[in-house]
Amino acid sequence: MQMLRAISTLLSCAGRVRDVKICRIKRRSDGYTKTCTLMRHRWMKSARVATLCATTRELCSSAGKNIDMSKFPVDRIRNFSIIAHIDHGKSTLADRLLEMTGAIAKTERNKQVLDKLQVERERGITVKAQTASLFYQHNGQTYLLNLIDTPGHVDFNYEVSRSLSACQGVLLIVDANQGIQAQTVANFYLAFEAQLTIIPVINKIDLKNAEPDRVEKQIEKVFDIPKEECIRISAKLGTNVDQVLQEVVKRIPPPTANVEEPFKALVFDSTFDHYRGVVANIALFGGQVTKGDRIVSAHLGKTYEVNELGVLRPDEHPTERLYAGQVGYVIAGMKEVKDAQIGDTLHLHTFPVEPLPGFTPAKSMVFAGMYPMDQSEYTTLRRAVEKLTLNDSSVTVQKDSSLALGAGWRLGFLGLLHMEVFNQRLEQEYNASVIITAPTVPYKATLLSAKLIKEYGEEEVTIINPAQFPDKSQVVEYQEPMVVGTIIAPDEFTGKIMSLCLSRRAVQKNMVYIDDHRVMMKYLFPLNEIVVDFYDELKSMSSGYASFDYEDAGYQPAELIKIDFLLNGKPVEELTTIVHKDRAYTTGKAMCEKLKDSIPRQMFEIAVQAAIGSKIIARETIKAYRKNVLAKCYGGDVTRKMKLLKKQAEGKKKMRRIGNVEVPKDAFMNVLKRK
Amino acid sequence: MTECLQKETRTLLQISQVSKITSVFFGGGTPSLAPPSSVAAVLETASQHAQLAWDAEVTLEVNPTPASRDRLRDFVAAGINRFSFGVQSLRDANLRILGRDHSALQALQTVSEARTLCPGRVSIDIMFGLPGQSLESWESELEELLPICDDHVSLYQLTLERGTRLFRQVSLGELSVPGDDVTATMYEAARNSLENAGFLQYEVSNFAKNNAVSVHNMGYWKAQQYIGVGPGAHGRFVPRALGGVQREARTQTLEPDVWMKEVHQRGHGTRRRTQLSHLSLLEEVLVMGLRMTEGISHQHWKLFSPEANVQEVLRVREDVLELQQKGLLILDERGLRCSWDGLALLDSILPVLLLSLETFFHTWRPAPTPTTAARRTEREETEALSPPSERNTA
Repeated sequence: MQMLRAISTLLSCAGRVRDVKICRIKRRSDGYTKTCTLMRHRWMKSARVATLCATTRELCSSAGKNIDMSKFPVDRIRNFSIIAHIDHGKSTLADRLLEMTGAIAKTERNKQVLDKLQVERERGITVKAQTASLFYQHNGQTYLLNLIDTPGHVDFNYEVSRSLSACQGVLLIVDANQGIQAQTVANFYLAFEAQLTIIPVINKIDLKNAEPDRVEKQIEKVFDIPKEECIRISAKLGTNVDQVLQEVVKRIPPPTANVEEPFKALVFDSTFDHYRGVVANIALFGGQVTKGDRIVSAHLGKTYEVNELGVLRPDEHPTERLYAGQVGYVIAGMKEVKDAQIGDTLHLHTFPVEPLPGFTPAKSMVFAGMYPMDQSEYTTLRRAVEKLTLNDSSVTVQKDSSLALGAGWRLGFLGLLHMEVFNQRLEQEYNASVIITAPTVPYKATLLSAKLIKEYGEEEVTIINPAQFPDKSQVVEYQEPMVVGTIIAPDEFTGKIMSLCLSRRAVQKNMVYIDDHRVMMKYLFPLNEIVVDFYDELKSMSSGYASFDYEDAGYQPAELIKIDFLLNGKPVEELTTIVHKDRAYTTGKAMCEKLKDSIPRQMFEIAVQAAIGSKIIARETIKAYRKNVLAKCYGGDVTRKMKLLKKQAEGKKKMRRIGNVEVPKDAFMNVLKRK
Repeated sequence: MTECLQKETRTLLQISQVSKITSVFFGGGTPSLAPPSSVAAVLETASQHAQLAWDAEVTLEVNPTPASRDRLRDFVAAGINRFSFGVQSLRDANLRILGRDHSALQALQTVSEARTLCPGRVSIDIMFGLPGQSLESWESELEELLPICDDHVSLYQLTLERGTRLFRQVSLGELSVPGDDVTATMYEAARNSLENAGFLQYEVSNFAKNNAVSVHNMGYWKAQQYIGVGPGAHGRFVPRALGGVQREARTQTLEPDVWMKEVHQRGHGTRRRTQLSHLSLLEEVLVMGLRMTEGISHQHWKLFSPEANVQEVLRVREDVLELQQKGLLILDERGLRCSWDGLALLDSILPVLLLSLETFFHTWRPAPTPTTAARRTEREETEALSPPSERNTA
């Protein structure tokens, strides 16, 4: 959805990305390619593609020997991230930082160097965190600055907090014209809660309508950061970018890690490479590690031997060793992604350590059914899904099948953007065309009888599939997931936004003016109320000025009911829906209307009904047609007529019969799919 | 052009080895623009290569313009004994929308002239569902039409063909055509009025008084063989002279100049030949046959499917039974046919029957061996006399 779409600006050089993909020869065909192939490509402009991969490794290793990582003690290391609302210029600043420190050549074409997926470049968002080690000269000393790129959206908060756990500070970018937006707030709190040093950076001061003074005041008011601490830059033009690097060195503390201690590292990201196995990104909290070391993953207790390690610049750059406080990658013969669980601690075989606090696994908040457009594509699609999920463990996959749509899956996503991105990647990277059903949220039910509890194995069950919704008579209480939504908008829209939120069963938590004209409102929303079209509506009613972001807020009791849909009295299983009591009538009516418009008229009348239990709450009628016959059919018309009828007969085979009603697959798609 | 028509007629008659011609139809485009001498020449050629019965129906499709009217007599002299007029409407405004170059008055005069020349053998085409037409205006138009009709009426609903000006105008919203429910009522009204006026409906779109049914068109619906001559003409026959045993669907080249070149070179301008499998032929028998109110008799079906009768073929799917229970389809000792209501829904009924036929064919029936196929076509040949369709778009 738009939430995601909004993000970015920078136009991608998609063509180049494609080149890169090809020359990486499928090795990393599963996306989330870690290192920057793009850059290898650029360095070796004259090299022929065929030799690229073979020679690159040698080049890197010979170059790598030049970097002695022991020259960077902890006090000359800074680990930081850049966080921002979409479009505020995070990736442009990253490009500039990379150029200034010589990590990449300075050219006109450096656009979103760290965003490697096609979807990232097209949407201007970052989905997968990337890392780049920069060497920076300051006061005659060379500093090692590790830039850990983060995804920009709350759906990927999990990724953000993973990245932040390896950092001591962040650059919080705010657009000099747009000011603080909803994601700025969400990202700020993530960094704030992680107790990181926050350096506010006001970007795009070159814009004609830039108002850095106003934005500084907002920052002071909302984040309680003195305006003197803000750095005004233009990442596009490079203005004051050097000051940013200086401030990183000055303000952000070095990591607290001791090289004398035993080796202890946090796995903050991992990717899978078909040839080399798992590539784990690690932050060293103590000690050092070198090739040949035998290391253990604390979580699984498995032992591995380090085959290769190095820094990311942002491509993989092998080194001899990594030391406390540094950030890099390690390849140690891990065969599966789950061997390097994110949040896991690595230590030496000979020196067990107290594991670092890990991460809570990402929790799926939005579920949707996914089916191949054509059942014959099932196997191909399954492979594509497997590959994509290999590097995105936050997607949960469950087999599902629908009488109407065939065999497919019920997928769980972190949020709507996550779902969009996943779908887009399937289409772009695997050329798969899929039907995605309208998203639903996981409900909970507290069961009543001991018998049922025994049957389900627990007192509280989570319901993902409406078909498994336990009846009210068996339930003490239903609960629905809630989120706290932050909306920032010009105050002229306040009234409209308040009534929109009210219509979505939202409860206002607070409302503050962040400057003379902009209001920040916080609402407690049922997640279900925002999953479908809330953001689109918010955007259109505010002429695009409102920004929205949300965070998880647990569960709340809710009066939920199940609506069944009937065609001539026969229930249609795949349409069963769970809604809040207050929504039953409108949902029932809307679905009946959609069904009426999607099911073609037939030779008899069709009653389309919505029912709660045995009570009908909405009805539409599809009238029988009385005439369907081609007027003219003589010698010259036979061939064409036969073709048409045969096609209709074929189509009939694919229809689903519910009672005496034939429902084309399209009709289900129209009703079930997201708008 | 005339020469090419003659040449192609000759070639195709030879290929088909047809012995007797029961009807000839000059239609498609505006054959009445061709000189009567062309008609005479083609008929002459046909009778040289096959037996053209003295009472064979020879129809000419005519636009009811004054120019055509002046030549009707000459066409009769050339051998035409039945006229079919594209009257379409008695409202000049409608005729303009349809892009016709005749007026209602001219149509009336032409039809009346033809009726004196070929009494009882004049057909008129009328059309409903026109842009801006209401049920009332259609009913009053029908009232005016009935008295001028001879013994045959073809009733069509306007179909918008992609690529035409009318299609564009309707899709742009400049014109609007009546909705499905209205045209259903219009069709019903016309069927009633025509029957009250003594016309018997014998096909979805065709009505006749005094048994003046079109012999030629009945041939199509009864799945008989026919030869198509001229640019874009379609034919269906067994090319016996080429050693064929199966019926072929044939299409002649559409572009007149290319067609002529081909006829000069090869004797015919056949662009496409498709062998009809036994299943395809039965499908056509079903689809075409059910357009007739009399439907498909058991005897007729047996000609094409001696192995399995209609009951066996249709009992495969239960939705066929539903159609019978709803009173849309009738299967009794006479054969298979649509009811009055069913005929209006034929295109919804046919896919059900086709699926049943297909399932039967694939499940119960062994693949037809060459001997059974041969046996069948022999029978067909002796039974089905072959009305060639003469088409001329010149």
